[in-house]
Amino acid sequence: MTQAIVQLRDLAFAYPKGGFHLEVPAFHLAPGERVAVVGPSGTGKTTLLHLIAGILKPHRGEVWVAGQNVASLSDSRRRSFRAAHIGFVFQDFELIDYLSAWENILYPYRIAPGMVLDESVRARAHALAVAAGIDGILHRRPDRLSQGEKQRVSVCRALLAKPAVVLADEATGNLDPENKQRILDLLFERAAKSGASVLAVTHDHALLAGFDRVVDFADFRQARAA
Amino acid sequence: MIDTLRLALAYIRFHAVKSAVLVVTLAAILAVPVGVSRLMAAAEESLLARAEATPFLIGARGSRLDLAMSALYFSDDLPEPTTMAAADAVWDSDLAAAIPLHLGFSARGLPIVGTTLDYFDFRSLSVAQGRGLALLGEAVLGAEAAQRLSLGPGSRLVSSPDNLFDLSGAYPLAMTVVGVLTPKGTADDRAVFVDVKTAWVIAGVGHGHDDVVPTEAELAAADTSAPLQADPAIVEFTEITPENIESFHFHGEPSRFPISAVIALPYDARAGAILQGRYLEPDRNDQIAVPREVIAGLLSQLFRIKSLIDAVVVTVGAAALLAVGLAVYLSLQLRRPEMATAFKLGGRRALIARLVAVESGLLLGAAIALAAAIAIGFEYVAADAAVWLIAQAAA
Repeated sequence: MTQAIVQLRDLAFAYPKGGFHLEVPAFHLAPGERVAVVGPSGTGKTTLLHLIAGILKPHRGEVWVAGQNVASLSDSRRRSFRAAHIGFVFQDFELIDYLSAWENILYPYRIAPGMVLDESVRARAHALAVAAGIDGILHRRPDRLSQGEKQRVSVCRALLAKPAVVLADEATGNLDPENKQRILDLLFERAAKSGASVLAVTHDHALLAGFDRVVDFADFRQARAA
Repeated sequence: MIDTLRLALAYIRFHAVKSAVLVVTLAAILAVPVGVSRLMAAAEESLLARAEATPFLIGARGSRLDLAMSALYFSDDLPEPTTMAAADAVWDSDLAAAIPLHLGFSARGLPIVGTTLDYFDFRSLSVAQGRGLALLGEAVLGAEAAQRLSLGPGSRLVSSPDNLFDLSGAYPLAMTVVGVLTPKGTADDRAVFVDVKTAWVIAGVGHGHDDVVPTEAELAAADTSAPLQADPAIVEFTEITPENIESFHFHGEPSRFPISAVIALPYDARAGAILQGRYLEPDRNDQIAVPREVIAGLLSQLFRIKSLIDAVVVTVGAAALLAVGLAVYLSLQLRRPEMATAFKLGGRRALIARLVAVESGLLLGAAIALAAAIAIGFEYVAADAAVWLIAQAAA
C-alpha cells in the first residue's frame, strides 16, 4: 500500500437514473496535502467527494482512505468510517437549524455510532471555536449567524473528530471575497494542525494559489482516454 | 439514547408552536371521547339518582316527561297544573305521604319552588347558613343560587314579574332570604325555595292589604262629623313584613289552590302498588308517573344522541389524526435535508428514524399526559357539568 491518505484506482460510477458516467483511473492525496479539484459544473466533482466519503459506492474500482478500501465496506461500516476519518465542509453549510452553533459542532458525536462525546472532545471543540473566532457566538442558532460564521461552525464540525481528510465541496461558494480567503486560511491552518489532508472542489480560481496541487477534473477523462 | 433524546427535545423546543399544536390536537382526540363518555355517564348517574330517589309523581294528565323534568329538575316546561286536592287525595289514601310542588315562577333566572318543609327532609337538604322556612314571604336558597345571586340570610329577593301584565295576578313579591342550603350537587342547588303559600301569594291567590274596616282606635281618633268611606284604591302589599303579615289571606277553597305536581312517598311497596293502581282508572284527570321509568326512557333517547356524538367524535378524530399524520409527513419532508446531512456526517439511517420516533414519542407522551389531565379534570367536573347540562336542557 502507498503512503497516500486517499487513493483511487480504476474508479467508475454512474447514477442509476442516468446522467454522467464518472471514471477516475487514478488519483491520490498525500497526508497533509491540500488539493483543489476544478472543472465545469455537472461533471461529477461532488460525486467524486461522495465516493471518497463512502456516501456512494462505485460500480468498479477501489477507494482507499486512511488505509481502508471504503468501497469494500458495508453501508453501516462506511458510515462509521466516514464519521471517524472524514470531515465535510459544504457550500450551503448544512447546519442543523434547531441546534446552537455549539451543538452543531458536536453534532457528529450525537449521531454517529461509536463516537464518544467526552470532555476531551468538548475541550477540542472549544479550542476549535476559539481558533475560528466564534467562541462568543456558540449559543446562537444558525439563523442568527452570518454566512462567514456559519462556515466557521461548519469547519469546526468537520475538524472535530480529527479526520484524516477534509472534503470541502465549494466551501467558499456562498461567501464574500474577504470571507472566502479567511475560511480557506482557517481550514488550511486547522487541518495542518491536526494533520488532515484537504481535498476541495472549487470554481474560484482566485483561491487556487493556496493549494499544494490543482487537479482539473477533465484530466480524469483524459487519463481514461489515454 | 441520551443524545437522541437531547436532539429530539431541541427540535421540539425550536418548533414549540407546531409541537404544542400537535400535542393539543392529539390530546383533544384522546380526551374528547373520554370526556364525552364521562359526561354522559355522570349525566345518566345524576338523572337516574334523583329519579330513583323519587318514588311517584302525581300531576294533571299530560306529558309525563314534563311532569318528571319539572318536578325533579325544575325545568321550564311545566306540566298542566293540578290542585292541592291531588295532594290531599294522597294523604287521604293513607298509602303515602304527599309533598306538593308549585313551580313556574322565577327570581333573577332561578326557579322558585313552592313546597312544604317535608321536601327538605325528603331530599335531605340541610341549612348551611341562617335557618329554614318559617314564615310567609321567606325564601331559602340553594347553594349555587346563593352564590350566583350573591345573596345570603337577611337579603331580599324579588320574584320575576312573570305575571306583570296578567290583571288577575299580583305584583312581584319581595321575599326575605332566611337561609342557604348545603350544596348537594343536584337541581336543588339552583332553586329558590319558598313555602307553597308564598308561591300562592306570588300567583295572586293570596294577598295582603290594609284593612278596609277601621279599628276601634282609628274610629275613636277619626273625625266623626264626616261620613265613613272605604277607599276603593286598595293597595296590595308587595312585601310581607312582620307589620303586614297578619293581613295576608287566601280566597277560596284551599283544595282548589294550584300546584304543579305532588311527590308521593308510599309507606311501603304494597301501598305503592295500590296507589299506582288507583291512577289507572281511565276517567281520572290526574296521573301517576314513576320517575325512574320516565327518565330511563329519556336516557334511551339520549344514548341515541350519544351514538351520534360518538360518530361525530370518531369522524372528527379521524380527520384530526389525518391532519396530524399530514403534519408529521410534511415535517419529515422538511427534514430531509437534515437527514441527508446526518447521513453524510456518518449517522445511521436507523438513528435518524429513531430521532423522529423519539420526537413523535415525546409529543405523543405529552399528548397522553395532557389528555389524562383533561380526563382527570373531567372526573372532577363531570358531575357538576352533568348537573349544569341537565339544568340547561331543563331550561
